[in-house]
Amino acid sequence: MKYFLQRLAFYLFTAWAAVTLNFFIPRMIPGDPVQSLVTKYQGQLSSQAIEALYVLFGLDKDANIWQEYVAYWKQLFSGDLGLSFTFFPTPVSEIISSSLPWTLLLVGITTVISFFLGTGLGILAGWRRGSWTDGLLPVTTFLSSVPYFWLGIIAIYLLTGPDSFFPSSGGFDSGLVPAWDQYFIPSAIQHSLLPALTILISSVSGWILSMRNMMVTVASEDYITVAHAKGLTDRRVAMSYAARNALLPNVSGFALSLGFIVGGTLLVEIVFSYPGVGFQLFQALGASDYPLMQGIFLIITISVLVANLLADIAYLLLDPRTRKEG
Amino acid sequence: MSEPVLEIRNLNVAYGLGDQAVRAVRDVNLTLHRGEVLGLAGESGSGKSTLAYGLTRLLPPPGVITGGEVIYHPDGGEAYDVLALSDAALRRFRWNETAIVFQGAMNSLNPVHKISTQLTDVLKAHDPRMSEHSRNARAREMLKLVGISPDRMDAYPHQLSGGMRQRVMIGMALILQPQVVIMDEPTTALDVVMQRQILGQLIELRERLGFSVIFITHDLSLLVEFSNRIAIMYGGRIVEEAPAAAIYRDALHPYSAGLLGSFPALRGPRRELTGIPGSPPDLKGMPTGCSFHPRCPKAFDPCAGNIPVLGRPGTPDGATRSVACWLHPTAQPVGR
Repeated sequence: MKYFLQRLAFYLFTAWAAVTLNFFIPRMIPGDPVQSLVTKYQGQLSSQAIEALYVLFGLDKDANIWQEYVAYWKQLFSGDLGLSFTFFPTPVSEIISSSLPWTLLLVGITTVISFFLGTGLGILAGWRRGSWTDGLLPVTTFLSSVPYFWLGIIAIYLLTGPDSFFPSSGGFDSGLVPAWDQYFIPSAIQHSLLPALTILISSVSGWILSMRNMMVTVASEDYITVAHAKGLTDRRVAMSYAARNALLPNVSGFALSLGFIVGGTLLVEIVFSYPGVGFQLFQALGASDYPLMQGIFLIITISVLVANLLADIAYLLLDPRTRKEG
Repeated sequence: MSEPVLEIRNLNVAYGLGDQAVRAVRDVNLTLHRGEVLGLAGESGSGKSTLAYGLTRLLPPPGVITGGEVIYHPDGGEAYDVLALSDAALRRFRWNETAIVFQGAMNSLNPVHKISTQLTDVLKAHDPRMSEHSRNARAREMLKLVGISPDRMDAYPHQLSGGMRQRVMIGMALILQPQVVIMDEPTTALDVVMQRQILGQLIELRERLGFSVIFITHDLSLLVEFSNRIAIMYGGRIVEEAPAAAIYRDALHPYSAGLLGSFPALRGPRRELTGIPGSPPDLKGMPTGCSFHPRCPKAFDPCAGNIPVLGRPGTPDGATRSVACWLHPTAQPVGR
């Protein structure tokens, strides 16, 4: 319990540091949102209009950075992430909550599938070392070294087109309104297939490789020989002795990858113009939209921290050696 | 001499196949009798552990058994060849008839499972009808037998000391009351006091429960004290086999004599410790003839040319022992 509280304190500190950085970094990027709007309208804005924009965005107050910082924390605690500049006056929280489900569903489901599929195949490949499964290894090594987005570009190039089943961009047909009905859901699934496959193919190999290698390492441990000598079935030795121990690094890897679900596959979302958080972040960057950027960064940071905490807890449950007495 | 429980006949074990194969165990003939402690001694790489893994079919790849038989005589049953058992029959045979206590006291227990789980899963595998309650009771009983408080059932291996872990392993080995217990350097990782304590306990348990032991070690002094008979291995072959006292008193093979000359005696006159010059042979390129001849102080003409056969020597106690040495040519080879 003491250990757990220590970890919690550590994570709170990290969260504070992350929020602080999150506040400062966008302000260090050259340019401001009004400037980017001016460029967008190619000088067609009058100086009065520009002045009005500064007032509108609350950038006219000449407040020093410390006051802004304090105000930022106050806002955070009241759950207010500010108003987006690009989609003015929509609150940032609303934009995030509309794009978050897309990312969570697409990346979340693929991450979970990829972990279970990869780990399962890894157990098999590690336990049946020396059989035909070894032939898969060069392929998995190749796939795991290929970046997601490159695979996505290739997939778009090869598989999409005017009469292809796979749409090349977006999260649903442009003629539809998001709703839980028989038109929207199939369309959303159809749009998600290609990005999902892209992520799945490139991430599953990583799980296979790491699980297989751990299996091979663990298989040479003395307690595996003992388990065989005890006359346990091959299946029981493989699952309860070898895989149980080999799983540990993969579980913490999985918990960490859960944290990256929210922000993780930025490039895939950009390639497929998928309406998720990553795509939103990309747009916010282009428009110097501080509040939106900060909001998204905050969500990503918190989810990574929570995932880390989950990894710690999972390890505590799975490996008795990490538990402290008393 | 009592009836045999395990007979190893012309066992050959190699690592790898074809020309690249390293023959680690060569034409070994050895008989373990009911209730005896048979010591197996030799330098590192002499094939003693490989022999133990071979006869239980636990060889890690690329180890393969290239020939021979291991005949097991169950208590009051028909004898059978362990090497010819099907996978399912082999699983039933393992631990039920022969249990093993391994070299690595530290790594023989799985770190993520409780002691109780590791003790009871043997029972579960061999007798699925046994109730959970009686499984736990049996595991508790075994811990008590090896001198560990039964309330350590829920401990994890890292919470036990090295000596306790090895005791748990001994308790685990005896849980199904096997006829044969193979101890592969069971106390190498422990200090001398703990060694003695654990071995003493084992011998006491053996007298009580009546199993036979194959005791593998490079420590010949331990064997002289704890075993009934001793077999000495060199370069994958057994070079001498005799009652422990006979080997200690007068070893016939120069290699056995060399091993005995490399540790001090507790009593008796002072003598120079000699050791054996040279180093163990390379199993890939064995010397011709007797593999010990390049290091042997007594080597003479026939040694380099022909391999001596293990057989009864012409000494007065020749009926109880065997040796493979040209100094003691034999009329009665063992096995074949």
